[in-house]
Amino acid sequence: MRATTSIFLVFAAGVAFSLLLLNNDGLLIQIWVNFADDVDFLIRQHIYLVVLSGGLAILIAVPMGVWLSRPYMRKFAEGAMQGLNVGTTVPTLAVLALSMSFLGIGVLPAIFALWIATLLPIVRNTYVGIREVPDFLIEAATGMGMTRTQILFRIELPNALYVIFAGIRTALAINVGTVPLAFLIGAGGLGELIFTGIALDNIEMMLAGAIPVALLAMLVDFIFLQIQTWSISRGVNPLR
Amino acid sequence: MVDNLGLIGQRTLEHVSIVGVAVGIAILTGVPIGIAITQSKRAADIVLGIASVIVTIPSVALFGLMIPILSTIGQGVGYLPAVIAVLLYSQLPIIRNTYVAITNVDPAMREAAKGLGMTTMQRLMWVEIPLAVPVVMVGVRVAVVMNIGITAIAAYIGAGGLGTFISRGISQTDPRQLITGAIAVSVLAIVSDYFLLFVQKKLTPPQSTVID
Amino acid sequence: MIRMENLTKIFDTPDGDITAVNHVNMEVPAGEICILLGPSGCGKTTTLKMINGLIPKSSGKIFIDGKDTDTVDPVELRRNIGYVIQQIGLFPNMTIEDNICVVPDLLGWEKAKSRKRAAELLELVNLVPSAFLKRYPKELSGGQQQRVGVIRALAADPPVLLMDEPFGAIDPINRAVIQDEFLKMQKEIKKTIMFVSHDIDEAIKMADKIAIFKDGVLEQYSAPDDLLASPANDFIASFLGQDRTLKRLSLLCVDDVKFGEEYKVHGEADLANAIAQMKELGHQNIVVTGLRGRARAFLHLNDIMGKKGVIEEYRQALPAVANVKEDLKTAVSTMFRHDVSWLACVDDDGFYKGYITQKAISRALSAIYRDETLNTKR
Repeated sequence: MRATTSIFLVFAAGVAFSLLLLNNDGLLIQIWVNFADDVDFLIRQHIYLVVLSGGLAILIAVPMGVWLSRPYMRKFAEGAMQGLNVGTTVPTLAVLALSMSFLGIGVLPAIFALWIATLLPIVRNTYVGIREVPDFLIEAATGMGMTRTQILFRIELPNALYVIFAGIRTALAINVGTVPLAFLIGAGGLGELIFTGIALDNIEMMLAGAIPVALLAMLVDFIFLQIQTWSISRGVNPLR
Repeated sequence: MVDNLGLIGQRTLEHVSIVGVAVGIAILTGVPIGIAITQSKRAADIVLGIASVIVTIPSVALFGLMIPILSTIGQGVGYLPAVIAVLLYSQLPIIRNTYVAITNVDPAMREAAKGLGMTTMQRLMWVEIPLAVPVVMVGVRVAVVMNIGITAIAAYIGAGGLGTFISRGISQTDPRQLITGAIAVSVLAIVSDYFLLFVQKKLTPPQSTVID
Repeated sequence: MIRMENLTKIFDTPDGDITAVNHVNMEVPAGEICILLGPSGCGKTTTLKMINGLIPKSSGKIFIDGKDTDTVDPVELRRNIGYVIQQIGLFPNMTIEDNICVVPDLLGWEKAKSRKRAAELLELVNLVPSAFLKRYPKELSGGQQQRVGVIRALAADPPVLLMDEPFGAIDPINRAVIQDEFLKMQKEIKKTIMFVSHDIDEAIKMADKIAIFKDGVLEQYSAPDDLLASPANDFIASFLGQDRTLKRLSLLCVDDVKFGEEYKVHGEADLANAIAQMKELGHQNIVVTGLRGRARAFLHLNDIMGKKGVIEEYRQALPAVANVKEDLKTAVSTMFRHDVSWLACVDDDGFYKGYITQKAISRALSAIYRDETLNTKR
């Protein structure tokens, strides 16, 4: 229900905004004519940054969260969570700035900063999701003769999956929202059009960047919402 | 660095003023909206749907999208768009937490209030809102921390604040300003987080627990 | 069969060693239900969990069907022991079907076989397979979940079942229903069951043997009736409660204490015969039966003493009867309700089967069982 409502709203907002711009001397058409090539080129860079930093973050954060949730890590895990909580409080622009001060400019420091900012919420949610699986389920699974590995893959992860996915969605929203800033440290992407447009007071150029960035963010969230809705067992999925 | 303490203080005040004013207005609008939508599941779905779509829009894009609109009143860049953006982003956590807190009030407690002869208004004022306050505070905390980060970016639309150090540091490739800005804004976010956590705990009655 | 020899558990805590289970020796014969009972912290749950190795034992031996469990890999061992926990513990991410098939799947059964088994088991507990197989645990009521929890433990047909307060989380009315269903099921499946409970009434109702624990020591191990009739020490007597004698009422049935089946008169018999029988029995009433032996009415001695005529004239309607299958608790409450000191006993078809009197009931309750073989082998 929430998902359908959101799609409708995005669509309605998009139409309203486009109408507004079209009335304004066919602005949208001008943007399209003048910036189609730039957008085409920059959006590829943009998506490259999202996919690489986001993908690496998911691939590393989930196992890290699982590892922190293991019983032998218990003493260390709470401290690590405190650290992660402070880490997620640090604004992403600061993360980018710090990354730039240590690694210089270019794609690498940008990917590194995006990766760190995306990593933290996923690690935290994976850890919390697994720790929230009730002890008695683990006891029942052990008592029925499951091995530690079987318990992890058949009980702990499936029951934590909803929370893990919530973490991934939050993390990707942060990621997609931060990628435009990557331009500032020389990694390209649609931020180039936005920031240059603001600096030059060129509204067309700025919108040529801002509109696709907003649409891309909604698209990514929408895709992951669908994955979250349909890939997680109905038994543990509040969305179904 | 010491010479610049005055400047850091000034930028911090600018930063705090944008976040403070915007979140303050957001509380004044978000809490009543959150209470109102408890009356209709459909209204709740629509309002929360809109609020979550807004949060999805990257701040840089939102600033950009506001420029042509606000330019019509000559405020395309600067303080106003920053406050509006923070105000919009704060709606989701505040509305959602208010809504959740009120709908989660123990039905038995609501019954008891009815049994004591309270009207809907009295119930709201004496039972449901007091119980909801700690949960709403969690929403405020989330909003403040998130928007300290967004306000940093607002330096690029000329809103001032601690982000100015970072933007200058980047454009002038000056690590001192870069690190000053990054650390100052991080410290501000962390300190605000802990301070609001402290307030939230003060507002939470001892027997109840708030999960954030 | 489950046998424990000197089973001991010592927990190593910051406050020093705590002996949770102290040299316990006991044996649960195949096909019986043994209930571990005692105050909290008495070691009953620890004992249960040592059997499937959820809590490692400190010393001693456990044998299942004669096999030392130390020689079996714990994972393998657990797959061959059914396990039911108090919180039920159905896996929320799996359908009911998949929940039931957890152990068969672990054992590598063919899908077709395990899924068929799941449907059979659901039928066994009166849940319609087509309606329940594809549902998720959150879509079931507490009682339904509990039933699934029990049949899940039975899925791979293990010889032994361990249950940790399996009916503890359900409301009293549903609990009684599920207990009855479970007893009925046990009559067919005849598993060796060890069962932790904190509910004395549940233990008396369900157990073949009750093991009472205190401070990690097995205090008494006997059949419920022996336990209530002759508690081994003051602790057990007070644990069972002041009303333990009354509790025995639900253990004995009318059939156990009725007598005088041969004393009865037909409607056509003469009064002298009735008087003679009453004198012989030492009872002031006699039941009048129909032609084929159904209990119809009764005569009171004072009504017919020195009278002449036919029984028909003097007979009175029976205020109530007791079914021979009822427990004594039911029979006694019937007596109190009708303010009578005796009842005629009948079978399901209404045929007369004897008397039951308050005096006979008191005698049965106070009888002390001295059959030492039934008592614990400590």
